[in-house]
Amino acid sequence: MAEEAREDAVVIPIGTGGRPGRGSGSARPSSAARNLAPSAAKPAPRKRPAAKKTTPKKPAPAPEPAAEAPPADPTPGPATTKPRLETGIPVGDWLSALQGAALEVFGDDWERRLAELLAFARRRLEGDYEVDDYGFDRELTERFFMTALRPIAQKWFRLEVRGLENIPAEGGALVVSNHSGTVPLDGLMTMLTVHDHAHRFLRPLGADLVFKLPVVSSLARKSGATLACVEDAERMLSGGDLVGVWPEGFKGIGKPFSERYKLQRFGRGGFVSAALRTGVPIIPLSVVGAEEIYPLVGNVPSLARLLGVPYIPVTPFFPWLGPLGMVPLPSKWILEFGEPIRTDSYDAAEAEDPMLVFNVTDQVRETIQHTLFDLLRERDGVFS
Amino acid sequence: MGRVVLVTGISRDIGRRFARAAAGDPSIERVIGVDVVPPRGDIGDVSFVRADIRNPVIAKVLAKEDVDTVVHMSVIATPGSAGGRGTMKELNVIGSMQLLAACQKSTTVERLVVKSTTTVYGSSPRDPAMFTEDMGPKRQPSSGYAKDVYEVEGYVRGFARRRPDVDVTMIRAANVIGPHVASPLTNYFRLPVIPRVLGFDPRLQFLHEDDLMTVLRHAATSGIPGTFNVAGDGLLTLSQAVRRLGTPSVALPRFAVGRLGATMRQARLSDFSPEQLGYLTYGRGVDTTRMRTHLGFEPAYSTAEAFADFCRALTPAEPQGAGRG
Repeated sequence: MAEEAREDAVVIPIGTGGRPGRGSGSARPSSAARNLAPSAAKPAPRKRPAAKKTTPKKPAPAPEPAAEAPPADPTPGPATTKPRLETGIPVGDWLSALQGAALEVFGDDWERRLAELLAFARRRLEGDYEVDDYGFDRELTERFFMTALRPIAQKWFRLEVRGLENIPAEGGALVVSNHSGTVPLDGLMTMLTVHDHAHRFLRPLGADLVFKLPVVSSLARKSGATLACVEDAERMLSGGDLVGVWPEGFKGIGKPFSERYKLQRFGRGGFVSAALRTGVPIIPLSVVGAEEIYPLVGNVPSLARLLGVPYIPVTPFFPWLGPLGMVPLPSKWILEFGEPIRTDSYDAAEAEDPMLVFNVTDQVRETIQHTLFDLLRERDGVFS
Repeated sequence: MGRVVLVTGISRDIGRRFARAAAGDPSIERVIGVDVVPPRGDIGDVSFVRADIRNPVIAKVLAKEDVDTVVHMSVIATPGSAGGRGTMKELNVIGSMQLLAACQKSTTVERLVVKSTTTVYGSSPRDPAMFTEDMGPKRQPSSGYAKDVYEVEGYVRGFARRRPDVDVTMIRAANVIGPHVASPLTNYFRLPVIPRVLGFDPRLQFLHEDDLMTVLRHAATSGIPGTFNVAGDGLLTLSQAVRRLGTPSVALPRFAVGRLGATMRQARLSDFSPEQLGYLTYGRGVDTTRMRTHLGFEPAYSTAEAFADFCRALTPAEPQGAGRG
């Protein structure tokens, strides 16, 4: 009761300009209140717009006269409903609807999460976030890229992950994977897998074409990628990052469907010498399923040359079905992380030995190839 | 027995301020400023000698004043007040050659400090994330400031080979930023609407103007030979910088930004150079490990702090230079 009285004391001077007889604590309702009370006389609301404004805000306890005049209690009822009808949906309903929506979207602790989201939006808009030396925006990657990719991985490709214990919990390591699928979705899925299961960020090394293309280049840097060159690879590995590399490059990703699961040449073994020099383990990763998402049956070499890209893919659905042809086929994926190949027994000088580099490269390549064959034998069907 | 320091390029604000700061250093006895035109501001205890480094007069100045340390700061980034590109190139390249020739003949010079720039690394999609001092540009610069600096650095290296008794320090400074700096990049950030290259978000690295003064003085007094990248810690992306600045920006395709820059240059609205377009597309980062370990210098401002200081000076509410010190 005392609280209501205090609220009134705040409201009244604003609304009435401190007219005598209002808010004085006397039992008799003021002339203004009486005018409002009976059949909601037409001229009265015009005279007191502010007094009317206050009423719809508190629907239940008939605010203003309730404190002063208990006998007038039933009368303000119609007076408060009238303006409600005029303004449409009452504020209280709006609030509860918003609350319900927030609860629906953010779950039980919606208040905290909404505040977090707003803080995130504010930080983004003011540029108040950090990027590392490579342009990696951790917050954006976690809150945006990973969240967007997660349903694709879980619902569309139904990722099955094996050998997670082979990813070291800390320290530099080099994940070497086969590359396939016309579009480097396998790289994105590997990044998501490593983030969700091993709780580390995989820092992919990308071809220079990635950094030449608009939009792609800025997204790549923000999600943690850097150029596949010896300098960057060694820098990241010696900085203790988990680096991902796809040594087949465009030869692997753009190979025809008929050559699926046949590993291409592993570049010049630059990734191996980087690992040897920094002494980090090499973790072979075999990805099964990515070959089938866009079966590459043709290429338009002349157009590709014109556009300066390695190939223009032709699949059974693209470009015939237009944008619909860009939807990847929902193959079932299996990612198997193999046992790490240790390189710390070699010293840095041995990284200069080309024979050793070729041997280790072959070892990694063979491991991945055999795992691929094993996984292919194991799986029941492409889409099951 | 203090040192006698000769500073070239004193008519420009950075050169003048460095000369003044050096004159206040207790280990430096005398500072001589050299330029074609007299400096505009207050030069304090610095004695100004009007000489053109493009002709051999500079050798006489070196001999007459018993100069033992030369700080070369007159490699300019844009033609600006100098005139056309021809004049700029002549000032930069021929001027540096004459100065180096004079230093080679001089018996008194013991140290040479050259203010170079990280622009020498260029900007391309094939760049490593961080350049170390041993790396060169991925593509030889073909024109403009980057080419001038590349050539000047070549002549400086040649000089260092011919005069091994002279300690040559080359400071490759990242883009200098601060309340008082007028450079193509700060002019770019002062535009009312900032044009960006669509689809690219370059990484930028800044060096605060005060840090540039400190590192040049440190190099002139300590005489540690070598080439050093000097930049504030950390990086900012262009989108981040623009948001922190609070200026509206518009993303345009690369060719449109280039055209806009050329138009603005012709209209004398802004110095938008071709290598700046590359920088604003692909960005650049330099590794500063050697600056810490060998040169023993620690910048007072990080990249973000230097940029924040620049932003503070831009907001009209606060007086100029409020963030200094």
